[in-house]
Parts: sequence; C-alpha cells; structure tokens
Amino acid sequence: MKLKTLMLLTGAAVAATPALAQEMADEMTLVSWGGAYQESQQKAYVEPYLEMHPGVTATWDSSSNEAVAKLRAMAEAGNVTWDLVDVVASDAIRLCDEGLAMEIDFDEMLEPAPDGTTASEDFGDLIVSDCFIPQIVYSTTFGYRTDMVGDTPPTEVCAVFDTETYPGKRSLEKRPINNMEWALLCDGVAKEDVYDVLETEEGQDRAFAKLDTIKDDVIWWSAGADTPQLLADGEVVMGSTYNGRLFSVIEEQDQPVAMLWDAQVFDLDGWIIPEGLPEDRLNRVLDFVRFATDTQRLADQAKYISYGPARMSSAPLVSTHAELGIEMAPHMPTDPANATNTFLYNYEWWADYRDDLDAKFQAWLAQ
Amino acid sequence: MTDSTTGPDQFTGPTPDNALRDADGEARADGPMLAADGTPLKRSLNRALRAQKLRALGLIAPLLIFILVTFIAPIADMLFRSVENQIVSETLPRTVAALDDWDGEGVPGDAAFEALAYDLTIAAEEKNHTRLGSRLNYETTGISSLFRKSGRGVDDIGEVHADAFADLDPLWEEAETWLALMSSEDYIADEAVWRAAKDGTLPPAFELRDGVATALPRTADIFAEFARVIRIEDEDSPATEEPWNIVYRALWSDLRDNPDAAQAFAGGNADLVAAAAAAVPDFPDEDIRAAFLDIDEDWDDHDVWGTIEAFSSTYTSGYFLAAADFQLTPDGIERQPEDQQIYGLLFQRTLFMSLTIMVSCILLGYPIAFLLSNLPLRTSNVLLILVLLPFWTSLLVRTSAWKVLLQQQGVINDTLVWLGLVSDANRLELINNQTGTIIAMTHILLPFMILPLYSVMKTIPPYYVRAAKSLGATDWTAFWRVYFPQSVPGIGAGCILVFILSIGYYITPELVGGTTGTFISNRIAYHISSSLNWGLAAALGSILLAVVLLLYWVYDRIVGIDNVSLG
Repeated sequence: MKLKTLMLLTGAAVAATPALAQEMADEMTLVSWGGAYQESQQKAYVEPYLEMHPGVTATWDSSSNEAVAKLRAMAEAGNVTWDLVDVVASDAIRLCDEGLAMEIDFDEMLEPAPDGTTASEDFGDLIVSDCFIPQIVYSTTFGYRTDMVGDTPPTEVCAVFDTETYPGKRSLEKRPINNMEWALLCDGVAKEDVYDVLETEEGQDRAFAKLDTIKDDVIWWSAGADTPQLLADGEVVMGSTYNGRLFSVIEEQDQPVAMLWDAQVFDLDGWIIPEGLPEDRLNRVLDFVRFATDTQRLADQAKYISYGPARMSSAPLVSTHAELGIEMAPHMPTDPANATNTFLYNYEWWADYRDDLDAKFQAWLAQ
Repeated sequence: MTDSTTGPDQFTGPTPDNALRDADGEARADGPMLAADGTPLKRSLNRALRAQKLRALGLIAPLLIFILVTFIAPIADMLFRSVENQIVSETLPRTVAALDDWDGEGVPGDAAFEALAYDLTIAAEEKNHTRLGSRLNYETTGISSLFRKSGRGVDDIGEVHADAFADLDPLWEEAETWLALMSSEDYIADEAVWRAAKDGTLPPAFELRDGVATALPRTADIFAEFARVIRIEDEDSPATEEPWNIVYRALWSDLRDNPDAAQAFAGGNADLVAAAAAAVPDFPDEDIRAAFLDIDEDWDDHDVWGTIEAFSSTYTSGYFLAAADFQLTPDGIERQPEDQQIYGLLFQRTLFMSLTIMVSCILLGYPIAFLLSNLPLRTSNVLLILVLLPFWTSLLVRTSAWKVLLQQQGVINDTLVWLGLVSDANRLELINNQTGTIIAMTHILLPFMILPLYSVMKTIPPYYVRAAKSLGATDWTAFWRVYFPQSVPGIGAGCILVFILSIGYYITPELVGGTTGTFISNRIAYHISSSLNWGLAAALGSILLAVVLLLYWVYDRIVGIDNVSLG
C-alpha cells in the first residue's frame, strides 16, 4: 500500500502519466446473473483471463437483476465496489441516462475483429447506448408442450391467443414489454407499424383488449425460471421465456417441450463500467473487457449457453456445446432458420413509454 | 395508560428521585440541607443522579447509535425523498426563472427557449440532462427521449453566430482571446502559474473581470459556466478550449442590446468588442424556437412546458399525489385517469389481506398454543420444535414448496381428483391468486402468532379454570369467561406481529400472488429496483408507515397497548 502511494507520488512528480496508466488493481468484482449464464462467462473468458494473469482475482456478485438500484445507491453513498456489471440493454440505457455508467469509446477500448474491422462496425446496430458493450443476443420467445397441443403443433405466435385450438394456461411475463407488441401483431397490426399504433391511446386500448381475451388463461411470471418450471410440470401449454432457458429444458432436461421461434423478440445483454472508478481499477477492467469481448471469447461463450454472440465476426466461430457435444448454431436465436420472423425491441421507444404503460398494465392486471 | 402501576413514585424504597424531591421539600422549610462534605444536598444528589443517568446512557449508547444510523436515518432520508425535487430547478435554473412570466397558455415565449438553450447546453456538457429527462418522464411520457435528443442537438444552437464572429475576426476562435476578455487579471496570472506547473492539480477557480457582468450579462453568465464545467469535467482551464457555440449567441444578443459594451473594456479588448458591436446588427439571426422545434417538435407541446413548470419547485407534492392516484398537472391537481388508478386499490387490498392472514393465524394458532401449553413439558417441547422448524427453512424454499402443492397439476389437486372430489377438467385454482398468498403467508407467519400465545398461556394458572368449574361453570363458560380473557394479551402481541409483518411482505406475494394477490410492497419494490422512481416509492412507503402508525393508535385506543404481552 505504502509502496503504491510512493510510486504514485513519484509518478506524479515527474509527470509520467503513461507510466501511471499501467497501474492496475489485482482484484475485480464482476456482477452477473448467476446460474448457467454466469457459468458460461466464467468458463469462456474469466478463467482464461485469470490464467494469463496469475496475480489477479475475480469475485462474482450475482446481483444483475437489481443492478440498477444497487449501483445508484452505491453512487449516492460514494462507494462503488463493482468494477464491471452485466445488464440488459434497457437497464444500460437507464444507467447511462442517470450518469451511473461510463461512456465507452468502442474503437479505442475494444479489440477489432480478426480481419481488422473496427469494433464499432463489428457490433454494428447492436450498439444501442454509449455506455453499453453488447455480449450476447438473446430472445424472448415461446415454448410449448408437444404432448398437449394435439396433432397441430403451433407454428406462429398468435397461437398464444387461440384458446380454442390450444386450450390450457399460458405464461407471460408480468410486464407490458413484448406482450403489448405480440397482442398488436396478433390483432392484425403490421410489424413495422406496431410502435406507431402503440403510441396512441386507441392502440394501447386495442392491445389490452386483445390481452383481455386470454387474461383468465394466463399465469404471469416475473422470474426467468418460472416458465420452464411451469412447462415441465404441465401447468401451462405454452409460455414465453428466454430462449436459453428453453434450450436447457429441451436439450439438457429432455422435457416434451419445443420452441416456437415465431415473432421472437431480440434483446441484448452486455457490460457496463460504473462511472467514477479509481484509475487502477479502471485500467484492470478495461484490460479485462478488451479480452472478454474479443471475437474468439464471445464465440467461446456459445459453447456453454445458447445465446448468440453480439459480434458479427464471432458467428462463424460458434462450435459445439461443451458437454452435450451438439452443434450450437441451430439453437441460436440468430440462426437463419429460427430468425425467419423476428421482432426488434425498440429501446428508445420503451425508455419513453415504460413508466406510463407499466402503470396502465399493472392497473389492468389488478382489475 | 392511566392505570400504570410502575413509575418512580410507586417505589417505597429510597431512590435518587425521591431523595431529590425530599431535599427540595426540606430546602423550602428551613434553609438548604447539606451533605456530609458541606455542599448542598440537592446539588450533590443532582450530581450523583447525573452520573447515574450518563452511565445508563453510556450503556445503551451502542444500541442507540446503531438504531439511529441504520434505522432512523434511512427512514428520515426516505421520507425526505418523497417530497424532494431539486433536480428541475438545479438543472434548469434559468428556464425555471423565465417560466415565472409564463401565463400557462400554449407555449412560453422566446425568453424561455433562450434560457432553455443555456441550461440545456450546460446540462448536456455535465451529462445531467438525461437524468432530468427520466425524472420528468415519470410525469409526462416522451420527455426522456426529448431531453436525450435535445442534449445531442443543443450544441448546434449558436453555430451561425460562432461562424459570424469567426468570419469577422479569426481572433474570436481563439480560447486565449476569450480568456483575456472575460477573466480578471488575478485569474489570468493564477492560470498561467497553474499551466506552467502542470502538476495534475485542479486549475484555479474562474473569476470574472469587473464590469463584464454589467456590460455583457448573458455572456458573462454562460462563460463563467463554461469555465466551471471545463474545470470540473476536464480538469482543464478555459484557456485551452474554444467556448461553446451558445457563448457566441450570448455575446451576439448582449451586443445587440448594449452597443456601447466596449466602454467596459480597455486596450485591445475594447477594440475587439467595439468592432464586434459595430458588426453585430448585420449578423444573421437565429430563431431560437425554430431551432428547438428542429431538434424535436415536442418542444411545441404545451404539456412538456407545463410539466417543467409544475415540477419546478424545490419540494413537490407530486409523489404523494401520484401515490394516492392523483396527478399534478399544469392546470392543478387532477384525478389519475381510470386506467392508471392502482395504488388505492393496492392499499385496500394490502390491508384486507393482512387482516385476513392475521385472523387465519389466530384461528389456526390459538388451538395449537392451547394444546402446547397444556401438554406435559416433554411432549410440548417436541411439538414446539415443529412450530419452529419453518424458521430454519429458507423462505424461498417454503414458498416454492407451496407452489408444488397448490398448483393445478400439484399434489393437492391430484389428490382431490384421485378422490373424485373434483373433476379433472375443473381443478381448483389455489395459487397465483389471493388464495395462494393467504395460504402461503399464513403458514409463514403462523409461528409469530403461536409463540407469544404460548408464552402467555404458560403463565395462566390452571387452578383458575378448575376453580370456575368447581363453582359450576361449564367447560365453555370456564374457557370463555376465565381462560380466554387472560390469553388476550398474547393474541394482541401475536396480532401486532403478524399484521405488521404481513403488511410489508413482498417476496411471497410476488411468487404466489399472481395478479390479484399482490401487495402495495410489490409496487414499492418495483419502483425502487426497476423504474428507479425512488420518490414515488418513498411516498408509498411513507403512506404505508402512516397507516401502520394510525392502526397502532386505534389499537391502543380499543385494546390498550398495555394489554399486550409476549409472556
């Protein structure tokens, strides 16, 4: 500690700023979602990184689902203990708006693709916020019980609203996002008009009216593990959840469940760096992030979980599942066969309408 | 509390209090009574008493400090958040001032747009504008992206003026020119020293030149802000960077209003300003309102300006109004539209369900406690472990177990179908609704009812009931007239514990409550962790706290808080 201070002082005295920039902390606190997802990150890039840097330790904190609130509380208390936080894109936008996440210079801070394409081009449209480094593309989509749908398995998302052909309960997430869009799509609104319609009072009423038709048949979930469980128990005939969860129900647990990729909604998950880290910790984190988000590492992550890498250059490198040995490409939400009809989450739109529609949605639920 | 049986006066033995009072009485009778060392007895006693009180305080100090720091302070902070609203007036001070003159009709005049351009430029440089945007988006949908967009576009405002000044004299593009023009001689000297030192410290705080603020008021104001932001954000001095475009706009409008501004300057500065003042009338104008509408046409929306105006005060009732299903609009307080009224319903539901859970805890807990207190000690201890067992199991595990039991394909429904009590097509819905919440929470909170009941019942002497029976009372009369009244303090304690715990529960209702079984605390949790609307969460929490205190008061009036016992 004393030595460090001394070095800092000498460094400052000779104005040797480049030397200072090499100062790196030996500890990192990484925040993620726990479970299989965190495990995939641990294996794909944390373990390799720690092998390359034997003096460094990484600590996990599985608090991503409440990262926004915790980070704000830490920032208010003036003691941010996290170095790198895994959040979904909408949370990253909120954190960026609140000034809690650092702005990222993509080409400066991240590795280019192997063929020399800059990082900002390699990530392309997936850069949805100045503070957010995308890692994976996941999708919220439906799974259904193959033994409960008779001879006509559903092929499109509107089967969710068709209680005649597919009687039984469905599970939907207890929030307006995605449900409102699916309701409008199945009420005959064209994909490109969904948000224009949803912006109007009549459009919102229309979506609620459509949801009303199945309200009594819905079990609303709030944790990602709910739908897989409900499907496995036969409580619901179909339900929405993250595609990686369905992959594990189908391939790892071998349940009679199948994917309904139609109108899957793409969403992103990635890193943010908290604003205001001390220099030595920031340098360590930047060094780690540069490694952890390069082309090969993102492709490696797909060995452990069925989420698509966010870099375009990673897609051809995706190989087989580390334990099951099956090809992972056909299980990626971004695979052409699965992505024939997809829906893009409109972050900007939801940042505006989230508070308002959430109040309406909760009031509608409570009625 | 009138029938209190304890208190200093009831002690018959000597206490410092009594002695003090005695000494007081003596003093009035015949001069001060003296202690052995010659000091007046009263003073000496006082000293002894004070020492004793200090020691007592010292003993409880760790707990007191702990409670103050971890309990009282956060609650006070939360209560404060429910009214605090400095963000608008701090981020947009000039706009708020300009809106004072607005009549609230349509959209305010150019002065407000002008002020907004200054405020927004500063806010965007400090990256505060998006925070304000999300704050105001709670009130009016769309402000979040409006501010985000405007923060990106606002640095173009004033560009025409910056170009015009640069065309007139390239000197205007130099940061050094501005430094010489705007800052005091002291600052120029300090800044030069700082720049030469290059020791990584913060540059000196900016100081305006005397007279600039009167000659060029807007320019002085915005340039001082520019210098402050450069110093804080970039840790640099204004001598290194060309001013923002809006500074040129400020200078343009100042010189238009005050063509003689050059008089306030000397030497080269005076010539420069005089030349600019002469040229300014020919400079192109920029319609400030059009510039904003160009960024986003929502600036033409009355609601946007009305929201800024309505939430411009430092403290707001807006959060409490929202928590009571009202809203603060530019035109006063209005009821929330019907499709957004939710909190009143949730408060009612929370109270109703907490009462139901409390009553079912009494119904289930009383017989168990009665049984436990009347069994031989060895048996009752074993049974007591069964009561305590749930305490040693994780809350989530217990709640998940209820899911497995209660769901439609669950154990209970399967058994009922197997017994033929319900048909396979009409399985009971026992979970993801109010029933589920009540069942799971009654189970979780039952020990809190049984334990106080048990410890009170243990102290009820069995011979009272025997005496009643020997005098001819039936079993029921003996129980109801003799035993039950003595167990009421235990019911009181159990009820308070169960009711207050359940009113703030949120994990269990979230997991098994579905849509009709959720509590107000679920919304509080949502606003804390997801929407980040901490003000509204604080207001909801304050109302909940007030309701609990009110119920406590009512309870005290009806049952009497002395009539509560944990054993």
